[in-house]
Amino acid sequence: MKNPYIPFPMRIDNVVIETDDRDIKTFSLSFIHKEDEASFAYIPGQFAELSDFNKGEAPFGMASSPTQKGSLEFTIAKAGVVTTALHNREVGEIVGVRGPLGNGFPVDTLRGKNIVMIGGGFGFSTLRALTTFVLDEANRPTFGDITVIYGARNPGQLLYKDDLEQWGKRHDLNLYLTVDSRDDEWSGRVGLIPQITKEIAPSAENAYILVCGPPVMIKFTLPVTREIGFLPERTLLSLEMRMKCGVGMCGRCNIGSKYVCTDGPVFSCAQLSGLLFDES
Amino acid sequence: MKTKTIKKKDIASFLDTLLTRYEVFAPVERDERVVFEAIGAGSEATLDYQNTTMPPKGILFPQTEQLFSYRSTKDTADIAVPSFKEKPQLIFGIRPCDARSFLLFDHAFDGDPYYINRRGNTLLVSIGCTHPQAPCFCTSVGGGPFSEEGSDLLLIETGDQYLIQIVTDRGAQLLEESGFKDAGKDALTLAQKMIKTAEASMGAGIEIDGLKEKLDSSFENPIWQELTEKCLGCGVCTYLCPTCHCFDMVDEAEGSTGERIRIWDSCQFPLFTLQASGVNPRPTVKERFRQRIMHKFSYMIESYNQIGCVGCGRCITECPVNLDIRQVVHTISKLEALS
Repeated sequence: MKNPYIPFPMRIDNVVIETDDRDIKTFSLSFIHKEDEASFAYIPGQFAELSDFNKGEAPFGMASSPTQKGSLEFTIAKAGVVTTALHNREVGEIVGVRGPLGNGFPVDTLRGKNIVMIGGGFGFSTLRALTTFVLDEANRPTFGDITVIYGARNPGQLLYKDDLEQWGKRHDLNLYLTVDSRDDEWSGRVGLIPQITKEIAPSAENAYILVCGPPVMIKFTLPVTREIGFLPERTLLSLEMRMKCGVGMCGRCNIGSKYVCTDGPVFSCAQLSGLLFDES
Repeated sequence: MKTKTIKKKDIASFLDTLLTRYEVFAPVERDERVVFEAIGAGSEATLDYQNTTMPPKGILFPQTEQLFSYRSTKDTADIAVPSFKEKPQLIFGIRPCDARSFLLFDHAFDGDPYYINRRGNTLLVSIGCTHPQAPCFCTSVGGGPFSEEGSDLLLIETGDQYLIQIVTDRGAQLLEESGFKDAGKDALTLAQKMIKTAEASMGAGIEIDGLKEKLDSSFENPIWQELTEKCLGCGVCTYLCPTCHCFDMVDEAEGSTGERIRIWDSCQFPLFTLQASGVNPRPTVKERFRQRIMHKFSYMIESYNQIGCVGCGRCITECPVNLDIRQVVHTISKLEALS
């Protein structure tokens, strides 16, 4: 039996400081053992547990796409003990990785469909993985129209600036960026995600909509997506909960009878409406 | 079903025989309490007890346990997984409620090599409850004072001897070469009588029919606030519960070496679900207490088709503010639907 608690080592190859306040970094990790890479077959939307030995583990969605071979990327906001320790890590150092975990986005269901992705703040990282995945040369023809709506508090908080620049030039991707408040250099949209989504009003025809972001953003965006015509079955969320084991045993990330770590983190609104949790 | 008998006075020597092949855990008296411990001689065990304060769950799911050790520097990380104990072990004198609790653990720890190895290596010899206590309610949650579910052998007290009910092949193997006599008709009749008397002495317990539906429809009911007002959130109910299996994982480090440890945790603690962002989906005692009840009487039924409570009554006996899970569940089951 495979022991699900044992991490394997990965080396930090690159660290990108994503935000002006330096509180969010993207770590690029490379596999040290070939067999670890072979066993890490993942799809966008899945996550892994990262170990900073002596400090512990925390879960992070893969920000990279499985189409990028040889490495994994994780975007990490400095918030608690483990994330702070990881932020102090440098290129060349070793961290532990356990995964892939969770269900991920239903990539096969999404093939042949139009996809609308709505990301807010830090929650955008797994949508970045999906975007990279669908834009892959071999994958792109298998998906319909791709629309990405991505917002941050201010321009300095937008992640993946190189990607955004590249994506902005493409004709096979509709990219809409927005910020809550602008700075002197920003000439793009200003406004909250729900309002921008309403203005753009992407078509629900033959489409799925994926919403990732802070709870308050999700709360105010879902009525808009419903109004535009997206059914709960075709509205997908990626949820966050405190996790430890990541394999459905430690008992803390459940919503009703479902564990976010193994049954999720991706759920449709239709699935969630049948589960028990406080609306607040 | 095959049955044997053993004289009470022969129990100690039977345990001595078992000790040559097994590590044996049995109830022993310690500071006016009875606890499960690994014994060195059969005479240390006592079968004259009601139930232990702590369930024997720690034998298969230790309160603290090393998952692996590591040696980590900036550019290396070596991991060593502890080897599993090969000597088979046996829990002797476990109560039927506690034996049944491992059937739930079998679901909860499906895929966990630490638990599964121990479980496969452990035999359960249970002893039926001739004198069920006031907090006991096993019969109302699918068990019974003489339930054999989960056990390999079940002992039934009949005067100066025990009737041994052989439940599994592994249990039968324990008795090979024991020379114990087959139970006679009198012993069987007496055992039936003991079982009937014990079952009849038990209180009403919990009304299970329709309870899950009632709980699911009462999730938002303000009654939860009222029901949980006196709860201190101390978590003793979860630590003493034979079916509670939640755990935390922490690194215990000394320089560049350390161990990743798993330790029992409790859904009754605020830190259990507190996220680094500051968000806590179960911010008050109300949500945490409700989680415990829902997990046992709704979610586990949904996930495993089994009630997550074996009716041992420990959470009732040891609760510092006398919160009684039977009353809580009763109150919910009698609620009118929220308009």
